[in-house]
Amino acid sequence: MLRRLLARIPLAYTLRRLLIAIPTLLVIITVAFFMMRAAPGGPFSADRKLPPETERAIAAKYGLDDPLHVQYFNYVGGVIQGDFGPSYKTKDKQVHEILADGLPISLTIGALSMALAILVGGALGIFAGLKQNTAGDYSVMGLAMAGISIPTFVTGPLLLLAFALGTGWFSAGGLGFPPALTYENITLPVITLALPQIAIISRLMRASVIETMRMPHIRTARAKGLPERTVIARHALPAAVLPMVSYIGPASARVLTGSVVVEKVFSLPGMGDYFVNGAIERDYTLVLGAVIVYAALIIAFNLIADILYAVLDPKVKYD
Amino acid sequence: MRQPADITRTEETVNEAILAGRSLWDDARRRLLRNKAAVTAMWVLAILAVIAVFGPMVWVHDAFTQSEKIKIAPTFRDWHILGTDFIGRDYFARLMIALRVSFAVGIIATLVSLVIGVTWGATAGFLGGRVDNVMMRIVDVLYALPFIFFVILLITVFGQNIFLIFAAIGAIEWLTMARIVRGQTLAIKSREFIEAARAAGVSRAAMIRRHILPNVIGPVAVYVTLTIPVVILAESFLSFLGLGVNEPLTSLGALISNGANEMRDRPWMLFVPATTMAVMLLALNFLGDGLRDALDPKDR
Repeated sequence: MLRRLLARIPLAYTLRRLLIAIPTLLVIITVAFFMMRAAPGGPFSADRKLPPETERAIAAKYGLDDPLHVQYFNYVGGVIQGDFGPSYKTKDKQVHEILADGLPISLTIGALSMALAILVGGALGIFAGLKQNTAGDYSVMGLAMAGISIPTFVTGPLLLLAFALGTGWFSAGGLGFPPALTYENITLPVITLALPQIAIISRLMRASVIETMRMPHIRTARAKGLPERTVIARHALPAAVLPMVSYIGPASARVLTGSVVVEKVFSLPGMGDYFVNGAIERDYTLVLGAVIVYAALIIAFNLIADILYAVLDPKVKYD
Repeated sequence: MRQPADITRTEETVNEAILAGRSLWDDARRRLLRNKAAVTAMWVLAILAVIAVFGPMVWVHDAFTQSEKIKIAPTFRDWHILGTDFIGRDYFARLMIALRVSFAVGIIATLVSLVIGVTWGATAGFLGGRVDNVMMRIVDVLYALPFIFFVILLITVFGQNIFLIFAAIGAIEWLTMARIVRGQTLAIKSREFIEAARAAGVSRAAMIRRHILPNVIGPVAVYVTLTIPVVILAESFLSFLGLGVNEPLTSLGALISNGANEMRDRPWMLFVPATTMAVMLLALNFLGDGLRDALDPKDR
């Protein structure tokens, strides 16, 4: 089974997508790098006036006295090896160390909330799709509209107020001591992050179910005299769930964006938290590094989604 | 085959086509007005817009004047119906200014995205061929990028400037618009009624005005309505993180962010802007959905 699926990976297509992804990333790095260098004043201009020799020493330490193209190639070379240079604001910390601190937390929250969103959103969507235009369908879709319209920075504080400060069921934020992810401090962030995804997935799922139920193969299955339950479980759902795979890519972008808010609301030291603080403190290298990591993650998830789709759907042929 | 007398008939056909175009819009309007959710949404938006535009002018308190009455609770004394903030500014006045900023962002940034998207999409669709291929491939690649992170990078580098934020948010939302316009242009370009219009000698300007534009406007109008909430969300997202509009100006995201810090003792400072934001976004989304159903009935 696994071997059959692996054999379906469209190698040429994957290779071509990788060949597009690499220059895309390079363009991102280049644009971001020169955007940063176009900043009015240097990265240290906000600091108090320093003696010229100190300024030169700092410039030498961060390689800012090299010609611009040398700095650029040094930076790209470093990024390829996973080195984003030193943080401008956090002394004696490398950007990649800071990002490596935060990334596991962000990815854990993101993965858990995606899993929750797929389970709940999928179930709600299937229910609404099978009961199209009934009261149940309308209430699910109304809730979904609310889930899309109410942003995480509203639901997050409200959930915190109700279930952490109010009932005291969960931690009011932070990792506690010793710092660790427990169900107490991760439940609310995961739910907050999952809500909009539940809404979107249930809407997509409903549309997909409705479309599938009108397909000829469903009519055939019914004509064979199969019980409706079998028709739905064996014939409709696999076909209806499949298009959802291609939503993995956009979902990853939304979840990463949402995690920035959620980490701030729940005071979790994830990558998004470092990223925003870096932006407020104008820590150029940290922000630059984070943008590159985010872009790489999103490009990777899009690629995975497309390949997975080709593997799972026998109709898709890329060549 | 064609007799000279048929020329008048051709003219009649053209006129009928115009009439038919108009009745399509009539149909759409009727369908929209039958949609209760969309009509309610329109009323809600109209009320919010009036409050945002005229509210700050007529309200007894100014949104930027500080006073010694710091952090008072909602009261009808002196008309501080939502209390005051940490430097004694009337909270209701702040809320109306925030609403105004959010509407402004929604409209201006959406216009930016509309201009870029329509130009890009129409050019690609009209020129077709290799140019189209390259232009849409660029859109495909850009689609995969985390643009909001780029906006944050921009803000980090150039500082928090409200016009930069407007333009940057608009510049990230044009991709879908470009795809829609291109698809429509391509589809319409090869339709029989365009050929018929050309055969009937309709001038190029009239053809664009009467035949192409009305067919592009529908989907674009729907997408514009659905872009406004996205854009408002993006600005509030930035403001919530402390990267959006600067004090003393404020936006719903900034009020929510401040409210979240004080929610333990003064929960209304979170509830009121959060509810306002949710109602506004819900109304925009319902209106967008209603417009889509009205203009594209086959989807139902």
